[in-house]
Amino acid sequence: MSLCNDPVIRNQWHVICALEDISPRNTHTTLLGESVSFAANTDTTGARAWRTDAPDTSLPVTCAYGYLWTCLGTADKPLFALPEYAEADRRNVCAATVGVRVSAPRAVENFLDMGHFPYVHTGILGEQPHTEVREYDVTVEESTNDVIATRCRFYQPMAAAGADGGMLVEYIYRVPHPYCSVLYKSCPSDESRLDVIALFVQPVTEETIRAHALVSVIDENSTDLSIRMFQQTIFGQDKPILENQFPKRLPLDPRAETPIRADKSAIVYRRWLSDLGITYGVIPAAA
Amino acid sequence: MTEQTLKTLDRARAARQWHPVATSDDLRMRHVYHGQILGRELAVWRADDGHVNVWENRCLHRGVRLSIGINDGHELACQYHGWRYANRTAGCTYIPAHPADAPARTICNNTYPATERYGLVWTGEAPEGTAPDAPELQHAGNHLLVLRSLPVNAPLHLTAGHLADYTFYRSDHTRPATQVSTHLRRAGEFQVAVDWTDENGTSALVFFLQPTDNHRTSVHAVLATSKPPDNPLQRLKDHNFAMSLLRDRIEQAARQHPTPAAFTVASPRVSEALATLPKLAATGRKAPLRVVVKSIRDVATEIKAFELISVDTQLPTFQPGAHIDVHLANAQVRQYSLTNAPGQTDRYIIAVKREADGNGGSAFLHQSVRVGDTLAISLPRNNFPLRRDAVNTLLIAGGIGITPLLAMAQTLKSADHPFHLHYFVQDQSHAAFPQLLSTFGTHISMHTGLSPEQTRTTLANTLEGYKPASHVYLCGPAAMLSAARDLAYRMNWPDEAIHFEFFKNTTDVTTDQAFTVELARSGLTLTVESGQTLLHTLRTNGVELPSSCEQGACGTCRVGVLDGEPLHQDVYLSDAEHQRNDCLMTCVSRARSEKLVLDI
Repeated sequence: MSLCNDPVIRNQWHVICALEDISPRNTHTTLLGESVSFAANTDTTGARAWRTDAPDTSLPVTCAYGYLWTCLGTADKPLFALPEYAEADRRNVCAATVGVRVSAPRAVENFLDMGHFPYVHTGILGEQPHTEVREYDVTVEESTNDVIATRCRFYQPMAAAGADGGMLVEYIYRVPHPYCSVLYKSCPSDESRLDVIALFVQPVTEETIRAHALVSVIDENSTDLSIRMFQQTIFGQDKPILENQFPKRLPLDPRAETPIRADKSAIVYRRWLSDLGITYGVIPAAA
Repeated sequence: MTEQTLKTLDRARAARQWHPVATSDDLRMRHVYHGQILGRELAVWRADDGHVNVWENRCLHRGVRLSIGINDGHELACQYHGWRYANRTAGCTYIPAHPADAPARTICNNTYPATERYGLVWTGEAPEGTAPDAPELQHAGNHLLVLRSLPVNAPLHLTAGHLADYTFYRSDHTRPATQVSTHLRRAGEFQVAVDWTDENGTSALVFFLQPTDNHRTSVHAVLATSKPPDNPLQRLKDHNFAMSLLRDRIEQAARQHPTPAAFTVASPRVSEALATLPKLAATGRKAPLRVVVKSIRDVATEIKAFELISVDTQLPTFQPGAHIDVHLANAQVRQYSLTNAPGQTDRYIIAVKREADGNGGSAFLHQSVRVGDTLAISLPRNNFPLRRDAVNTLLIAGGIGITPLLAMAQTLKSADHPFHLHYFVQDQSHAAFPQLLSTFGTHISMHTGLSPEQTRTTLANTLEGYKPASHVYLCGPAAMLSAARDLAYRMNWPDEAIHFEFFKNTTDVTTDQAFTVELARSGLTLTVESGQTLLHTLRTNGVELPSSCEQGACGTCRVGVLDGEPLHQDVYLSDAEHQRNDCLMTCVSRARSEKLVLDI
């Protein structure tokens, strides 16, 4: 297994486990090709993580948004902000963790994509013949350097666990981290608020991931179980498609694949990864 | 096999040869077979017309394997975003995310040559000549039995060596202990032939080796017997048992050697034009295709259908609604819609009505063109694209206006999308393609011999009760088309749901006033003199623009307007589009304002 020598990725915070799944017993996972262990602290709150072959040296950890995060290099900046998580009336559910044999950027790009809804999430997030992806806007925000896609609208027969009947749903996508994306969508129960679904991708290796989902919604009716079932159904439908993508790493050469107008956010995301100098999980464009 | 350094596979040389990739039986109806040659993955599928397609196993859009796609008998659809690729050409015919657009003709997957021989499907990256001969299988009167193919985890040369030493001792106590003997006839790099003798006598057994990858091989085997085997199933079982034992021996031997590294296979890059967001292709009125008239049939009173086939190359992909320009020997250029069904990619079918008062194009085709004649035609072009995201689609045809709607109706029917075709004709004998029409069953209503007033009433009834996500497509004589369009507007059909195609522009087109155009992107300022068209002025100044009908009916020469007020004079745009003043047809449009600024 090749180790990650991409400094941008090494110095990022990466998700490794849902906090609710951490016990005082040692648990092992793989991050960027390295074996990492973690356990809940017994005397204080929080958790500790370390390289499995160096149990005496602790890795930095952050507990945020329901998950444990660590960094194998030097964490030069805090984890991105997700202020909605702290709003008192929200349901925050660690809804899914699914292993997928694909690179992290391919998974993020799939999360940003609306065109596949009628074909992959048939009857839930989309439905034939409502296949059109309407014009939307994508920018890289200057202050935060996040990729932001706004005015994304798509017809959805059952947009969320609490939804009842089809509607034209409006989305905002945000990419605040090379391997994480946050989706804000119209909330079926409160027009003035936005539901949040976040994808946190754990890069196990360059071509394998664990996809973790945080669902943060204003919804008094759904049970945690139904929210989890909904999200796991969605991830389960994406998995076989992502595992049949070839090559598994995301090609940054503009001539590797054929974009259409609906792929504006993917075009900007790929260019943004190039500009950040990312090499892990991608096939960099020839200089 | 004795211990020796293994011969390695010369990939560059093997790429120039034909290799078996599957048995013909592997290509079951509507199945997509995942094949691999020299490390390259292939999607192999048979269309309902029998044609075998061998394609790069990768959708051009996002790299998803097409072997998990859907073979509908005519087209292969990708699982991820529903992009559709045509039988034979592998050209993309539909992108569901943009249902109002016709995909660029150049979006085309990589295809590899395919042929069938000895019950196997053959292909290669760049094979030369024809699929290889196996003399043992060519004896007249020989009966061929294709055995079950076996994948082997071993390099090709090691596998070939063991096949040349093929021996088998039957230890099956349930059957008479007849000795099986094998005798090598010939051993080549990719082919080994042995004589197999058992209680049924001697038969020739030919092994074809498929270089799946540098370290993997598939063995296809064909048995030739002088009389039909009485118990083919028993033969298949015997040989499957024998070959499975051989596979164990080969794989055991392969473990004694280091495994050769898998081939690295480069995915072909897409063209530069496709890497950026699509723009309009710049071509003049050209006729790059040569087709031969394969048949001419009377399909209704005064209407003949012409089947056009290509002399040498594959005809380009078309989409429903597309038309071609036919360049006639009398120096005229005429537009005809393709009436083809999806996947019918081996020919173009057009229908031509003899116009008594026409200016010679249809008369020329009816009188002077014969089966076997060569015609020069343009690439198919689609300015009348069919959306396939409609909840309901109405197709309304008058007379020969049926032609583009036939292609649409067949597409909608094949995909099981709801639609209804209304066909207005003088009388039953004027209804084109009666056999094809009968296949539409309850999806078609014929309206024969109606007066203009009755036609209006029928159209009004048809267009009543617009429901969201419905679309109507109109094609027919100008009077009927304008009436239908006005009725649709009045019945609250939104502008973007009404699609129409005129055959010709019957309005009076003026070329009186001179005006100035500024070309924003080319940095040119030109004067269009009176008596000249804008299109002509652009071309004489070196600005290449596509065009087709050159009378304001087809929409091919449309360009964007950035400033100024055009005098439209075309029948392609709707009233609302005219009022937006953001585009014009360079063949007939002029300026109301002194100057126009164009986006070219």
